Amino acid sequence: MAKVKSLEELMKIKEKSLKDLQMRDTEKKGKIVVAMGTCGIAAGAKDTLQAIVRELADNKVDDMSVVQSGCMGLCEVEPTVEVHMEGQAPIIYGHVTPEQARRIVQQHILSGKVVSDLMVKKGEI
Amino acid sequence: MSLEQCTVCARHETLYQELDAFIEKNRHRPGALIEVLHKAQSLFGFLPAEVQAFIAKQLGIPESTVFGVVTFYHYFTMKPRGQNQVKVCLGTACYVKGADRVLERLKEELKVGIEEVTQDGRFSIHEVRCLGACSMAPVVLIGEKDFFGRVTPDEVPKILKKYRG
Amino acid sequence: MSATDKTSIASEAPAPRVEARAATNTILLCAGGACISSGEESCLQALRATLEKYALQDVVKVVETGCMGMCDAGPLMILYPEGVFYQKLKPSDMEQIVSEHLLKGRIVESKLFVDPSTKVKITSAYDDHPFFTKQVKIATRNMGVIDPMSIEEYIARDGYFALRKVLQEMTPEQVIDTLKKSGLRGRGGAGFPTGLKWELTRKVPGKEKFVLCNADEGDPGAFMDRSILEGDPHSVLEAMAIAGYAVGAQKGYVYIRAEYPLAIERLTEGIKQAKEYGLFGENIMGSGFSFDLEIRMGAGAFVCGEETALIESVEGKRGQPRVKPPFPAQKGVWNKPTLNNNVETYANIPPIILNGPEWFTRIGTEKSKGTKVFCLAGKIKNTGLVEVPIGITLREVVYDIGGGIPNNKSFKAVQTGGPSGGCIPAEHLDMPIDYETLKTIGTMMGSGGMVFMDEDTCMVDVAKFFLQFSVDESCGKCTPCREGNRVMYEILERITNGEGEEGDIERLETLGQSIIDSSLCGLGQTSPQPVLSTIRFFRDEYEAHIREKRCPAKVCRSLIRYHIDESKCVGCTACARVCPVAAISGSLRKPHRIDPEICTRCGSCIEVCRFGAISKITPI
Repeated sequence: MAKVKSLEELMKIKEKSLKDLQMRDTEKKGKIVVAMGTCGIAAGAKDTLQAIVRELADNKVDDMSVVQSGCMGLCEVEPTVEVHMEGQAPIIYGHVTPEQARRIVQQHILSGKVVSDLMVKKGEI
Repeated sequence: MSLEQCTVCARHETLYQELDAFIEKNRHRPGALIEVLHKAQSLFGFLPAEVQAFIAKQLGIPESTVFGVVTFYHYFTMKPRGQNQVKVCLGTACYVKGADRVLERLKEELKVGIEEVTQDGRFSIHEVRCLGACSMAPVVLIGEKDFFGRVTPDEVPKILKKYRG
Repeated sequence: MSATDKTSIASEAPAPRVEARAATNTILLCAGGACISSGEESCLQALRATLEKYALQDVVKVVETGCMGMCDAGPLMILYPEGVFYQKLKPSDMEQIVSEHLLKGRIVESKLFVDPSTKVKITSAYDDHPFFTKQVKIATRNMGVIDPMSIEEYIARDGYFALRKVLQEMTPEQVIDTLKKSGLRGRGGAGFPTGLKWELTRKVPGKEKFVLCNADEGDPGAFMDRSILEGDPHSVLEAMAIAGYAVGAQKGYVYIRAEYPLAIERLTEGIKQAKEYGLFGENIMGSGFSFDLEIRMGAGAFVCGEETALIESVEGKRGQPRVKPPFPAQKGVWNKPTLNNNVETYANIPPIILNGPEWFTRIGTEKSKGTKVFCLAGKIKNTGLVEVPIGITLREVVYDIGGGIPNNKSFKAVQTGGPSGGCIPAEHLDMPIDYETLKTIGTMMGSGGMVFMDEDTCMVDVAKFFLQFSVDESCGKCTPCREGNRVMYEILERITNGEGEEGDIERLETLGQSIIDSSLCGLGQTSPQPVLSTIRFFRDEYEAHIREKRCPAKVCRSLIRYHIDESKCVGCTACARVCPVAAISGSLRKPHRIDPEICTRCGSCIEVCRFGAISKITPI
């Protein structure tokens, strides 16, 4: 990997990764972020993550990226999952059990409808 | 010597080799004793006197120094532990949310006390300091990474079942 | 997506004609205690009937939820996906809501929820959720936003730009000056000015210096450091490199609890990635400055959070505190000048460098600038991690951000500062949270743990809990802490066992004060605080235990007994079956009774009784 030596080089990395982070001009249709802090894991986030990956694979969805992040703070509603479709505001879901995770994939990812009863917040945290 | 003892010896032999290699690698790092003890405990499961003597010899420090450090820190133990260490967090939040009752139930289910190992060697129960998952209180940790949050006494048998094999 | 998938979804979807008509697909009705008592159930019936009248019963899902927290405005309703919030509902309102809102998509203005403090009508329930809106995120700016294992995402959020600026545009003195101007104070508890600490370390002559990060988060109830390291490890790494440049150190140590394996893993990966980009290690960004870092795992000793004990432990020894002075700035790790800051303090530094000190001083109070991260735990609705401007009132934290106390219980106290701090009772709810104000009432900011307690928490029992912690964790070096705390613990044990005597409270106060006055390190000097502070604010509870042998919160097992109300007991046998010691007797459909001699006061029976027939009685 090339070592970073200047502001310009740092800017280049920033601009490229910012697009991925904000879901602009990427090859993917969107991304799913699972909060994987200790609190999330204690609430069952590992099972939730597995359920999402499996449900996407079962439905042959390969244009969604699944990533992990840290705790977003509202531990009360863990496990939390953020769905960020390109060009839309991210939606944060709470209390996402594996079963609810499959519902989110079916409803939100496949048919584009927000799963409103699980929604905790719309927009950036 | 019976055959069974020999397999234990052989296993110990490789563990000692692995520990020795780790010590060799970290010898140049000043103050590596605690790191070495962490490694030794992860290999042997606990830190018996022989292991402490070995570490002292390899690091070229007095055995008393090793013993002093082992007994100072809660994390190190000189008693063997179960294959699955069931750790009940007794931090403030867990305490306020009834961790003591979860602990009672665990003791009943496993029929052993705190810091004791079940007869089949499968479980041991430990009280631990705050695990930092207070929002999920009360918290039980099995091994190093299996966290269970908002545990009620009645969920204890279900949690243990996964590890009963 | 394959064709089969499409059909399976289509079959789940409602008939298109109806779907077009109903904008709303879920209605949440609050079924918290307050809303039920203000008529939620009749509203629910009316709503169901109205939905059926318009043939919407299969399209719109009605869900009863737990308490939404705005109990004064109940019964409450939220309509999704729009998130429209209606308040003070009556059964007669349902017709209008269904016909106007559901069918025509027009919001019923007259029923909109009004924020009690701002008097503004709220249309959307969660975009403006006070849990998020009252927070100001600096130290936790990236948490939950980026992938902690991706340095690129950290860079996308201006990561390592501060390090670049420092290395290529600033002298070490300018960096220190910036920090001093920002007014940042140590977030580990005591609140020492960070810039001053850096300056002291810089001024001590010496070629070899060290930078330490204290991640030995030992306070029970505090998990902000863990969350920052797990969620945004690079923010700490970047700040430590900046610190190294400013004080003249080439090497750092992160001292982290072995109980945090996930944080250790992410930190290790972070160091590796930063080195690959040349943002860490040899000759960073071609500036000639080199900085490397080692992770040192703790081994479960609370005292190692004290900086000199931590230094001993980094050196691989027993973590016993050293006598100060000399301070770590003069003689720290291997007796070299050493800078030690806590995780949250470091996480604040890159934004201060990038945005300038003036930006930072605009947040907070006169003497305490910036924000503080708090962990909400215990008896509070929204448990979790929040970052708020210093000076916010406790009331805002409890009721706006924390959502209040669950199960309609009342707020009794909050413990801040862990075993070194004290409690804050309800009478001080409107006090601003800052370093100085908290000190005036005998507690401290501490590292940021807030453990909430409600009317079911016994303050004597809580004080005993903290003292037991200090007894266990005393390193044994000095007598007042090692022996004094033990004696205090024994007195508390007597009191909670119903064997307290007149004069015990005074004995605790005198003993506590002498431990404070005569201990060497911070742990000993603060260990009696939880006892002294609960005596200060809840003396009557201590007196009830001692004089009346009564535990007002019904917690202390020796002072309570369980009782079955024969008029409420239907003889379902549920309690008898769950009792672990067979203390409950009685035959089917006949009232049961508990034998107080056998009963261990475990409380299992209360949990299973569905008729509210079992209660706790104190004194016995």
